[in-house]
Formats: sequence, C-alpha cells, structure tokens
Amino acid sequence: MTTKVVTIASGKGGVGKTTSVANIAVALASRGQKVTCIDGDIGLRNLDVVLGLENRIVYDLVDVIEGRCRLRQAMIRDKRLPELYLIPAAQTRDKTAISPSDMVRLCDELRPEVDWIIIDSPAGIERGFKNAIAAADRVLVMTNPEVSAVRDADRVIGLLEAEEKGPAALVINRLDPAMVKRGDMLSVADVLDLLAVELIGVIPEDENVIVATNKGQPLALDGKSKAGQAFQNIARRLMGEQVPFMDLGSQNLFQRLLGRK
Amino acid sequence: MMNFLFGRKKSANSAKERLQLVLIHDRTDLTPVELESLKDDLIETISRHIDIDPTAVKINVAQDGRSQRLVADIPLRRVGRRRGREAGRAPG
Repeated sequence: MTTKVVTIASGKGGVGKTTSVANIAVALASRGQKVTCIDGDIGLRNLDVVLGLENRIVYDLVDVIEGRCRLRQAMIRDKRLPELYLIPAAQTRDKTAISPSDMVRLCDELRPEVDWIIIDSPAGIERGFKNAIAAADRVLVMTNPEVSAVRDADRVIGLLEAEEKGPAALVINRLDPAMVKRGDMLSVADVLDLLAVELIGVIPEDENVIVATNKGQPLALDGKSKAGQAFQNIARRLMGEQVPFMDLGSQNLFQRLLGRK
Repeated sequence: MMNFLFGRKKSANSAKERLQLVLIHDRTDLTPVELESLKDDLIETISRHIDIDPTAVKINVAQDGRSQRLVADIPLRRVGRRRGREAGRAPG
C-alpha cells in the first residue's frame, strides 16, 4: 500500500484537532495499520499528553529536522499499539524553526516505513498551518457546529483549494443531537450546505473524550463510546471502506416529515 | 412562518442565515459597502448606453457549491421613454 499523509486542520483553535489526530491514529493502528503521527504545533506540544506518551520524549520534530538525532530516535512507540508512533513537537521553539520543505523531506523519509502519517496542524492559517499541509496527500478540516468554527473552516477550505491541497474532507466534532433537535445547533445538513464539501466524519459530543484525555488513553480503543466509534468510522473511511454515518437522531420531527436528510 | 409556529426563531436558523452572508463576503473579499459602490459604478456605466431604472437595480452574490456568481438584475426603462430622451437631445 502506498503511504498516505493526512493532515488535520481547522483554522479555529479548540475544535478538537489534537484529540482527533490521536484517535484516528489509534483507530488506524488498531486495524493493523502502521501509523506515525506528528505534532505540528511547535511551542504548544499536546499530542503527547493526549496519547499518554509525555514521559517518553527524548527528541522532537525540530531535533530531527536540525539533525541532532536520527528520525527513528524521535519516533516514540505507543504503549498499547506496537505499530503506532509519535513524533512530538518541540516545546521551547516556535513555528519558524521549520519550513514547509523540511516537512516534505521528513515525510518522504518516513513514507517507506509506515502506511499512514497523520499530522496535527496548529490553529491559525500562518506558518505552522503551511508546514502541516505541505506534505499532505489529504487534508481533513475539522469544525464544530458553531458560527466561528464554521467560518474559520470555510477560510481553511478556501486556502486549501488555492494551494491545490483540496478538496478537503470535513469532520464535524462535538455535535449535540438534542440541541440540533430543538433547533439550537446547526445540523450536519446545515454545515454541509454552508461549506459545500465532502463529509468524512461526525463525532457526537461525548463526556468520555475528557475522561479519556485525563487518563491519556484515546477512546477509539473503547468500543462502547459513541465518539470512539465515530473515530473508528473515520479510520475505515480513510482506508476506503464505505461506512454509513451513525444515526445520531439529529433529525427533528419536522425534517422527518419533510423527508430531509 | 417558523416564528408563527414556534413562537421564537430557532437560534440554529439565525446561525445559518448569518453564516450564509458572512461566508459570501469572506469568499469574495467583497464587503457590503464595496458591493454598493460596485452597483453605483455599474449603474453609471450602463446608463451611458441604455436607459435603466437605477432604483430597481439589484446586485447579489449567488452561490453554487463552493463557487460564487455575481448576479445583477437591471430592469430597462420602456423604449418609448428612451426614444423621448434621445429625441430631446441636440445632435452632437
């Protein structure tokens, strides 16, 4: 299989990029795929804690790029899944420490070793974002069903088209079916109408996400949680499977009567 | 009708309507003020060639998927009146 480089971006911060990178990487690795995830948020390292690997860091992304260590030395092996690795971000540097061409070179060196490279983009649309998408074969844009996140996602989708990194695939995170039902949250259909892109995942609001992050155990490993299942579904869709979208009961009576999807 | 049925407007509908407008301007980099000034320039240019009703001109950005289209609706004045105007003008 040819290696795929997938970047997760959003524009707005706090929509759940890091959690999603961790969970999609875990989901792919739990399906027997070789996966390396890269924390692209230099200066604000976080993917390590979400994955529960913060105590194992010796070298980071900037160390590899500046030649202080070999690529292999910066790849931290996951405790649970032997085919999952993390390349952490540097914590004491900033986004200008690396360039888009550095990322392309790094990913090219990594491609023969793995099936998937999943890159966590920092928020914003500046250097860190440009670094994160430089090597991407595919970009997933993450949003929440909320005005500012949708607006920023639209901006990122436009930039990806301009950089010829499109078409982006959309992940809607933190959807609350009860709020959608009573008309107080944009529905999946509303967001798709506004952004006019392909949908690759819908993750329901789920308390278990915080519990899992508290423990450093991504919930994609837990078969019971709805959010965990949603991440598994994204992994399957990335692998080319046709997976129906979960029924989150988001249609209200009115939409059902009108036969709207 | 929604207001009548439910007593108040659903906040999700407000969000969608507001976003529709914001995204048009974000995508085209065209503010409502600039669109107004574009409309004035259009009216001025077109009026030099044909008699139009400036108060009835409508100009909007329509969406088709992720692409945008500038749509102008420019009603012409009746030909009779246009002839009248031209007849009244001294030949140059």
